[in-house]
Amino acid sequence: MTGALKIELGRRYRFSASHRLHSPHLSEEENCRVFGKCNNPYGHGHNYVVEVSVSGEVDPATGMIANLTDLDSFVERQVLEEFDHKSLNEDVPAFRDKVPTTENLCIEIFKRLKSFPTAKLERIRVQETGNNSFEYAGDNREGNQS
Amino acid sequence: MVLLTRKIEFAASHLYHNPNFSAEENRRIFGKCNNPHGHGHNYTLEVTVEGEPDPVTGMVLDLKELKDILEREIMQRMDHRHLNYEVAELAGQIPTCENIARIIWQLLEPKITQGRLHRVRLYESPDLFADCYRNGARAARKS
Repeated sequence: MTGALKIELGRRYRFSASHRLHSPHLSEEENCRVFGKCNNPYGHGHNYVVEVSVSGEVDPATGMIANLTDLDSFVERQVLEEFDHKSLNEDVPAFRDKVPTTENLCIEIFKRLKSFPTAKLERIRVQETGNNSFEYAGDNREGNQS
Repeated sequence: MVLLTRKIEFAASHLYHNPNFSAEENRRIFGKCNNPHGHGHNYTLEVTVEGEPDPVTGMVLDLKELKDILEREIMQRMDHRHLNYEVAELAGQIPTCENIARIIWQLLEPKITQGRLHRVRLYESPDLFADCYRNGARAARKS
């Protein structure tokens, strides 16, 4: 029966960052209409929660899919160091020409964590506030949260 | 198909130690979790059952019945217990979130006869959890 089961490990991380939603392809008026308060030229910030899900075989010797120490340091290095207490627009090169919506943030974080060596990245879920969250599973057919 | 989820909480102690590893390896691999006196968590378990609502009762399964199953199979077995020493199903296994979630699936799956067990999610803390589900369940639900 165990062979028919899939086990995933989920881990939550937090970072605080500012952003401004603004597209150079839209006029001032359009930016204001589309992005509303989020278009404020001085930006604003959020306490983001990033949920990382990985899957794989549970190693019988350790009981683990992946050692949390490895996952924590990988996420710290690949994402948190560059994102925490930063301006996403100004400090993260990927958002120089891409609007730092939480949709795009999910995709960027997925790209940065995809190469985690000891387990398969299933999906990224980013909570921008307690009331909204976004998920991205790349090409994983089973990655989308049910 | 409708998914129904019930949440319960239990408190238990555990430690991570593999007798085949040296003391140094145990400390390196398991870190703080290798403390020989153990430590504990407030676990949160979310059990999700899938099924079609019964046309007469409107229920996938009677929540009271699910509550009784969880009380009998999980609470009585794990609440205020030491997972290494008192839960027979975990004997010889490291009681990680992954392994406990799998054991919980195996305990609950045959007991849920109305609807079908869809997912077990076990939180060891708000920031760490394991999901157990049938291989392919997510793909199937997408189609």
